[in-house]
Amino acid sequence: MMDRKVILSTKGVGKYFYDPVKFKALDNISFEAYQGEFLSLVGKSGSGKSTLLYILSTMDTTYEGELFIEEKKVTGLSTDKLAAIRGENIGFVFQFHYLLPEFSCLKNIMIPALKLGKMSREEIEHEAYKRMEMLDLKEQALKPASKLSGGQQQRIAIARALINNPKIIMCDEPTGNLDTKNTQIVFDIFKQISHDFGQTIIAVTHDLDFAKASDRTIELADGKIISHGF
Amino acid sequence: MKSVNTEIAVTHILTRKKQTIVASFGVTIGIAIYICLNTLIIGTNRYSDNAIFKTTPHVRVYKEDEISKPLSKDTIGKHNPVVIVNPKISNISKNLINPIKLLTDIKRQPEVTAAAPMVIANLFYNNGKSQMNGTAWGINVVEANAMFDIQSTMVDGDFKTLLSTPNGIILGVGIADKLNIKRNDNVSVISSIGVIKLMKVVGFFKSSNIVTDKSKSYMNLAAAQQLLAQGPNYVTDIFVNIRNPELAPEYALTLGKLTGYTTEDWKAANELFVAGKKIRQVLFLVVSWAILLVAAFGIYNILNMTISQKLNDIAILKATGFLGRDVVRIFVMEAMVMGIMGTIMGFLLAALIVNLLSRIYIGADIGYFPIQFELPVSMTGAGVGMLVTFLAGYIPARKAAKVDPVAIFRK
Repeated sequence: MMDRKVILSTKGVGKYFYDPVKFKALDNISFEAYQGEFLSLVGKSGSGKSTLLYILSTMDTTYEGELFIEEKKVTGLSTDKLAAIRGENIGFVFQFHYLLPEFSCLKNIMIPALKLGKMSREEIEHEAYKRMEMLDLKEQALKPASKLSGGQQQRIAIARALINNPKIIMCDEPTGNLDTKNTQIVFDIFKQISHDFGQTIIAVTHDLDFAKASDRTIELADGKIISHGF
Repeated sequence: MKSVNTEIAVTHILTRKKQTIVASFGVTIGIAIYICLNTLIIGTNRYSDNAIFKTTPHVRVYKEDEISKPLSKDTIGKHNPVVIVNPKISNISKNLINPIKLLTDIKRQPEVTAAAPMVIANLFYNNGKSQMNGTAWGINVVEANAMFDIQSTMVDGDFKTLLSTPNGIILGVGIADKLNIKRNDNVSVISSIGVIKLMKVVGFFKSSNIVTDKSKSYMNLAAAQQLLAQGPNYVTDIFVNIRNPELAPEYALTLGKLTGYTTEDWKAANELFVAGKKIRQVLFLVVSWAILLVAAFGIYNILNMTISQKLNDIAILKATGFLGRDVVRIFVMEAMVMGIMGTIMGFLLAALIVNLLSRIYIGADIGYFPIQFELPVSMTGAGVGMLVTFLAGYIPARKAAKVDPVAIFRK
């Protein structure tokens, strides 16, 4: 386990909230996530797990300590550079799907890749179909995103997260809105992604079955890591 | 390759066609009214300027009356004050000295388009016992017509008849009515210095000013000189037209220096008219901008609403690598599409309105509504429309760019 490549790490990350009163949400968080690892972050409500995830996502930049992605320090980079890093290296899956309702499922999946602009439109479309095939969504490709069921929408969101072949996929309660059957489907997809394609998954969850079945579980309480899950 | 920003903007517009069209109608009306009002200003200004220039030259060169002064300046001083009690206008001839040379000099100036010598004489028109006072313009027929287009104001007779009738006179219609004079009648005129002359009425003119019609007459230069008991070298005024009448006040100074006589530009001679013109312009400008701003608010509103409905979309776009400026671009593009559509339609609507207005008959000597399609003003209107829609899009778009995705995702 220890000789695997570190894909993301933090050094002494802390975070304060100032509203309504000054409050330390995260305290001296240091951990490493490895390539191809299915990692879950658990903890009670208010333990700081989501706060930590958004710092790892590079979207929240107001923290102390340092964040490294692929051993490169990203703390302190400009918002434009961070956006570029996100576009290329990180895919997101949230509790809510956040699909653009006016666009077809295919377009929704393609948009991050079109923005990144590393492939031609045809290649991107081909890649998007490949993802949809993997997630059993091929028939839905040209339907508007708003016309799908909740489970299907969440799978489209996963396909969107995968389109740029990101090294890390971050999830915030990815199964929070899903029934048991769809939760199992999503879980299997994550397993497959991390083990077969070597992509790292960092998922915040309060679903203990989900966490137990992942490779490793980091547990937070009161803004501190109480278990690294090794 | 079509950029993904464009694609998103276009999709947003296509999925809310109705709102887009309503917003662009706002711009359409704004632009149309802006163009129409400005076209109207230009049309009416052109008409009223032309009306002024039918009786007023751009610059008038004449000899100003002088108040009597002591003969010698040396005698004026603290110790031996010389005062003329109750000074009068000095009895000096109003003649411009050596008018032929003066005229040649003026005509040689590159800015000058026309110059005409004038003898202006105050006189009485008599027919039997009835008498009216007025002013006769002794003119050089060809040059004066070139300058004022007098022929176009003639209601009876031909202006050029003056050329072949040395004692011919053309009267304002007001004089003709009051003295009951027909064409080819004779009228006797008495000048201010008592010279009586029998003249043949060869025609009547009608200007846009009743007072002028009741007092003014045209005659040959020589006839006017005779009325004032002067020789052929007697000229009281030189009327000058220049290339750009707007520059007349400045050019009048130049001419004053050149000739050494007093000059008066048309703006100084028609201050009330110039002031009215300014007020009209400001009024139209304010109204047209106000309407344009209202149209811009339409776009601003719709974009603002779209953005607040699309906070989720903006958040996910930013999460997946879109920059703040991409978001600005998307929404500004949407505003510009509305703006461009609205501007094009506004342009066409304005052309239509102007065309319809120009067919309205007003009557009098105006004839049809003095308006025609003015391309420069229309282009300005289109430009202003684009600028205003850009701002109406940019302001809410900047707000959208500042959306913090974390705040959205954590809700």
